[in-house]
Amino acid sequence: MLALIISTMIYSAAPIMLVALGGLFSERSGVINIGLEGLMVIGAFTVIVTTLTLEASGVGAVSVWIGLAAAAILGAIFSLFHAVASIHFRADQVVSGVALNFLAVGVAVYAIKLLYDGSGQTAYISNRFYRFNLPYLSDIPVIGPLFFSNVYATSFLAFALALLVYYVIYYTPFGLRLRSVGEHPQAADTMGIKVLRMRYIGVMLSGVFGGLGGAVFAATFSGNFSATTIAGQGFMALAALIFGKWHPLGVIGAALFFGLAQALGVVGPSLPFLSNVPPVFLLMAPYVLTILALAGFVGRADGPKALGAPYIKGAR
Amino acid sequence: MFKGKAMGLLIPVLATFLGLFVGAILMLVTGYNPIDAYSALLEGMFGDSYYIGELIRTMTPLILAGLSVAFAYRSGLFNIGVEGQLMVGWLTAVYIGAAFEAPMIIHLPLSIAAAALAGALWAFIPGLLKAKLHVHEVIVTIMMNYIALYMVNAIIRAYLIIPGERTEGIYPSASLGSSFLQSLTEYSRVHYGIVIAILACLFMWFFLNKTTKGYELRAVGYNRDASNYAGMNVSRNIILSMVIAGAFAGLAGAAEGLGTFGYMSIQTGFSGVGFEGIAVALLGANTALGVFLAAFLFGGLKSGALTMNQQTNVPEDLISIVIALIIFFVASSYIIRAILNKRKKGEK
Repeated sequence: MLALIISTMIYSAAPIMLVALGGLFSERSGVINIGLEGLMVIGAFTVIVTTLTLEASGVGAVSVWIGLAAAAILGAIFSLFHAVASIHFRADQVVSGVALNFLAVGVAVYAIKLLYDGSGQTAYISNRFYRFNLPYLSDIPVIGPLFFSNVYATSFLAFALALLVYYVIYYTPFGLRLRSVGEHPQAADTMGIKVLRMRYIGVMLSGVFGGLGGAVFAATFSGNFSATTIAGQGFMALAALIFGKWHPLGVIGAALFFGLAQALGVVGPSLPFLSNVPPVFLLMAPYVLTILALAGFVGRADGPKALGAPYIKGAR
Repeated sequence: MFKGKAMGLLIPVLATFLGLFVGAILMLVTGYNPIDAYSALLEGMFGDSYYIGELIRTMTPLILAGLSVAFAYRSGLFNIGVEGQLMVGWLTAVYIGAAFEAPMIIHLPLSIAAAALAGALWAFIPGLLKAKLHVHEVIVTIMMNYIALYMVNAIIRAYLIIPGERTEGIYPSASLGSSFLQSLTEYSRVHYGIVIAILACLFMWFFLNKTTKGYELRAVGYNRDASNYAGMNVSRNIILSMVIAGAFAGLAGAAEGLGTFGYMSIQTGFSGVGFEGIAVALLGANTALGVFLAAFLFGGLKSGALTMNQQTNVPEDLISIVIALIIFFVASSYIIRAILNKRKKGEK
């Protein structure tokens, strides 16, 4: 039972974690990214269309991995929309993010209808990510069944990238520059850091990770793409980013927690102590907790100081 | 030349034009004829009285959603929570409308007021958190949307469901439906909700521009610290502003529940009305009249999209793309202004 909950928790957490890490790059550089949901839509769309196309031409099991890469690239390109609007055109970052979400669904569904004769959804890909047992490691007592049996390769990808992000943000010059641009862009500029360029990189990295997260979600869970494939996971990632206090390790924890909430929603009815709790409370838990976290009941969650403000050179 | 009011008018018009223009390019690239598509779109907006009726029906909740965003914005708040406020308003209106039968003069106003109250309560929470704990209202309202979605569905599923995944229909005594308006428009689904929407526009204009409280709200929007220094109770004004915005959104729910549908289904996701409300408010420059005109435009685009799809096969999602682009261009008005002003200087 515990093994089922833990494995469900981990694979539910993977896409949220990836997308939230994307949001972390953008928001640490000072750009609010409400558009994570839209970036996920683009990622989900790309992975499914790429995989379907490659499968049709006989590429086989590696198609979905190529699809992931394509989703990351297209996510980065699509995020330029938000980057240009909020960094160069000084648009309200929240509004620009909302527009990005709208545009992503519109563009993706429009393209699907063009590609597949007016149908609003695609066929199912045949090479999805499937569970497997990690050789040797899954034989370890206790830990093996909990963490290395019935796992998805994408979960390991998510954790590996999360640790990489932690290293990059806190232990590299690039991470320091990115954070300084989000906290005090004027000071960063004085030190010779190119504020606008750092912000472009931050937003585009959120596109890479957002696209990847959406792709992992689509290729693991739904297997096809329609307008409702991504329904709120991007906002849940945003919640994980805030709940995790804009810190990579916090984001890992928050994503795991939200994954647990989802796992309990799936497994809960069969558990003795949870069968009396209506599943709706588990569904709502991540959102309620985020509000409580913001209100300071779960410890203060302060965002980067310059978050949301366009950088205008020379202004004080 | 391009300053103040002229600029305020030029930006939305230019943004709309640019949005439609990029949409046309997209159609050309993907093998459709934009002229055919846009003429079918126009026909679907104004072609005959049925289409006009459907346009008015579509714009009704958009006006109210737009007012909700615009009203909050005028006091410096961003209400992304229209979706959630609309949903709790919709459910409350339908619940009161279906629970008992009463004379229309009591039943209808009661259902409408209850919807407004529900929306107001849903917006009270982010308002309170913003005012007392300085929690950013954008994130809280987004989270409240999802809480509303799951809660409303759970309530319908647990208590109100009849076969077909929806609540019971409301009694005619709580209906905004109008056989008179329908007979005028070849039996479109137009209803008296439009009257509520217009009254709400008038209320917003009057309240913000002609009352002391409205002046205070706007002052808080301009400069919170100065308002505080001038002796205004800033946190109370923030809460009031969110509550009124929520009431507008709740009314949009009432228009859907008591007017268009007469019941509420289990929602698979958000209706999109709340997010389009952001577009409406932006394009309408957050004024009552502007919101009305912008809702007219977006309502027309949305209702005409179906005809465009039937006649020219262009997917109706093109219109979502156009709406997103219009938001983008309005939001990026800084660059439009900069370009226009540079050209002006060049002429001199």
